[in-house]
Amino acid sequence: MSATTAEAEMVDHRSPWRRPATWIAIGVALVVLVGLYLLGTRDVDFGTEVAPDPALKWDWAFVVSLLPDMLNALSITAFCTVYGFVVAVILGFFLAVGRRANAAWIRWPVTGFIEFIRSTPLLVQLFFLFFGLSAATGFNFSSNQALILGLGVHYATYCSEAYRAGINSVPDGQWEAATAMNLRPATTWWRVIIPQAIPNALPALGNYLVAGFKDAPLGFAINVTGLMFFATTIRAREFRPIEPFLLIGVGFLIVSLPAAWLIRRLERRISYERI
Amino acid sequence: MDALLLNSNQYGRLLEAASFTMQVLGYSFALGIVLSLVFGVARLSEHRVIRGAALAYTEFARGISSIVLLFIMAYAVPILMGIPQANLTLLASIALGLNMGGYGAEIIRGAILSVPRGQTEASIALNLRNSQRLRHVVLPQALRVILPPMGNLTIEILKGTALVSLIGLDDLTGVTQRLITSGRAIGGDTSQSVWYLNLLVIYFVLSQGVNFLFKAGESRVDSQYARRTHDIVAPVPENLEGAK
Repeated sequence: MSATTAEAEMVDHRSPWRRPATWIAIGVALVVLVGLYLLGTRDVDFGTEVAPDPALKWDWAFVVSLLPDMLNALSITAFCTVYGFVVAVILGFFLAVGRRANAAWIRWPVTGFIEFIRSTPLLVQLFFLFFGLSAATGFNFSSNQALILGLGVHYATYCSEAYRAGINSVPDGQWEAATAMNLRPATTWWRVIIPQAIPNALPALGNYLVAGFKDAPLGFAINVTGLMFFATTIRAREFRPIEPFLLIGVGFLIVSLPAAWLIRRLERRISYERI
Repeated sequence: MDALLLNSNQYGRLLEAASFTMQVLGYSFALGIVLSLVFGVARLSEHRVIRGAALAYTEFARGISSIVLLFIMAYAVPILMGIPQANLTLLASIALGLNMGGYGAEIIRGAILSVPRGQTEASIALNLRNSQRLRHVVLPQALRVILPPMGNLTIEILKGTALVSLIGLDDLTGVTQRLITSGRAIGGDTSQSVWYLNLLVIYFVLSQGVNFLFKAGESRVDSQYARRTHDIVAPVPENLEGAK
């Protein structure tokens, strides 16, 4: 982590827990999580009165009348995406560490699990969680829980690869120095490796958040009342597929393009700071 | 959950379905690879308009959710275009191919950029046309960089083919669901978890097959590359390589 002398003087030597920025970030994250939880656990039935004009191929008034229900559906999709991603980020880290473990009895099952989940479709995994598991064990997930868990586990395997790349990018000398200073493994991870590995992994993690958002509408196959469920409901009720599907298509672009752009900026900034 | 395996009759049905899944994968891959090449090269064009159009396409294809694109293709496009009896398999493959093309174009762009600039300069000095330069100099070298991520992308598309069951096509996932429903109607005793576990394993085997093909291609390209560079090209000193 080399910085020019001018920047070096500005380095904040306080512990992260004593920096206001950390607490602001944690506060924002909590507000977002609680807000999404409140929005995402409502019952949404898409009952707003809408009336398409059968004479028109594309009815703007119909599109506008769809917007309130679309926002409701978006809140559910966003809730499942973000909570699924929280699962993915946490589980993914443990998978990454497990894959590096010295003990073969940890390393091999973790590697096999990652490879298996990565090369099978999320849709089938969701069916397994929602229909299969409840039939086999009698334990029932709700639709939202199954989607959050499915997305979480699926993307955890991707995130673990991102973490792995981040951990591998930490120079060997850092590990050796930690050993030389007689740090415990936990201290080595917590104070030496993770602070250097996570920034490297951040852009890839961000990409997976966006990818997870794009996969979240799959939940409609297990009755999650998200964007896709909204569009298929309207299509079935009003016999108008064009407006709802194009509307959510545009909705996805509006969210994912700026997100991807932000991540590229982050990526550039991080690689710039590393030079 | 007594037995983890299905019976041979059920596996026969799944095998048929697997061939349909591979068919969809084949169509999507064919379209996707063409789109990747065209737009990957177009992203590096000298003309601003072409570059902009290619950027717009890749951003669109990568920004939209593949399932939403699939449903737009399957339900909205036939009505907009006025085709009442459209071929759903074809439309689904187009949707997956469009999606793959966006990611593939980025792979190809990156790979072309990874070929040392001296190669381009040398082919200009040899008076090669643009198309010759691309065909004989740049792409063969870029292929080594293209293959590994392209293999991953193909596996992503294989996973994406499961989505076509949602528009009513009889791929692996669709057939499994149908067999589960009909099995329950006649009082079959195979539980859903066994069905889906088997389905997951089949998908895993298929993607390992795709992986194997790409790995074989990689080692072939690598050995060719090693042989040719050994025969023809004198090693470039490191300090010249770095000086741009």
